[in-house]
Amino acid sequence: MVSLFSKWSLRALLALAVCAFGSTAQAQKTTAEGIAEYRAMLADGNPAELYEAKGEGLWKQARGPKNASLEKCDLGKGPGTVKGAFVELPRFFADTQRVQDLESRLLTCMEQLQGFNAADIAKTRFGEGEQKNIESLVAYISGASAGMKFNVPQTHAQEKLMYEVGRKVFYIRGGPMDFSCASCHSEDNKRIRLQDLPNLTKQPGASTGFGSWPAYRVSAGDLWSMQRRLNDCYRQQRFPYPGYASDVTIALGMYMGVNSQGGVSTAPALKR
Amino acid sequence: MSDPMRIRAQAQGDKTTVRVLVGHEMESGQRKDAAGKVVPAWFIQEISATWNGKTVMSAQWGTAVSKNPFMQFSFKGGKAGDKIVVSWTDNRGDKRSDEAVVT
Repeated sequence: MVSLFSKWSLRALLALAVCAFGSTAQAQKTTAEGIAEYRAMLADGNPAELYEAKGEGLWKQARGPKNASLEKCDLGKGPGTVKGAFVELPRFFADTQRVQDLESRLLTCMEQLQGFNAADIAKTRFGEGEQKNIESLVAYISGASAGMKFNVPQTHAQEKLMYEVGRKVFYIRGGPMDFSCASCHSEDNKRIRLQDLPNLTKQPGASTGFGSWPAYRVSAGDLWSMQRRLNDCYRQQRFPYPGYASDVTIALGMYMGVNSQGGVSTAPALKR
Repeated sequence: MSDPMRIRAQAQGDKTTVRVLVGHEMESGQRKDAAGKVVPAWFIQEISATWNGKTVMSAQWGTAVSKNPFMQFSFKGGKAGDKIVVSWTDNRGDKRSDEAVVT
């Protein structure tokens, strides 16, 4: 017997799910339960695994103008240590004298070790060129910490400052729709269409949200990094796009990461 | 160069269940790119699996199968240590084979 998830069977599933939730008389399942069930069916073959395997290869492969691998890259736990690094990012790095998240740190490593131009990569569109490789790298790095608990540091003064900046940015309202991150993500039990919106200001919502990115998005057919997630949040708010790996995105990462303290990382997860 | 498949094969009782995650674009030929040009179809046409050299599953796929498809099938027989090989050919003539050991 051959069973496979085709585009059509997925659509049929979704259609069924929508029908089921539409009839309030039956209402046996909540929307969230239905989506959880749909995710569980897909989780067995989360394509993020393909990105993890590719990312591990990229990490070890000698590439770039300097023909070097990333194996000496220091993600905060010493050069070359990948396991456990993801749940302690963003953090302050003494060599660059700034707080960095996973992707801005990767840019530093790709520039210093491999000789790539970090500014060029930051300007590249998501899903193209080296940005495509970063997707796989973040899948591999986050996957190495799957199941571990968040412990984003707040010891250095810069780290504390970054948290405060992140908190302020989270609540800034603006744009044509007068939106802030907090408009959607500061209350419990909110949702957009059929998707639950995690309350990112406290646990358990913070780690449910922050701890599931990077993730494979079935609708996009691609793995999205945290930077891409934030970029799209700003698009949805009709704000100007934030710069890739810019301080404002790192500050938001710091805010969500510290709020996730003690929560378990499930990245790279699977999204609709 | 195509990406490796992820294959897991598990024997339970008198049957073996094989789960395969295939990395492929599976371009339908219906989409247009940013410039308005049709993105040419690019999909897996044939996929098959062997158990110790004997074919236990073969399928013909088309453009309706999703990107990075997941496939699951089971067959009678099989025990821990047996070799499973999954191979595909796409419409560009690219081929890929990956193997796994039954657990």
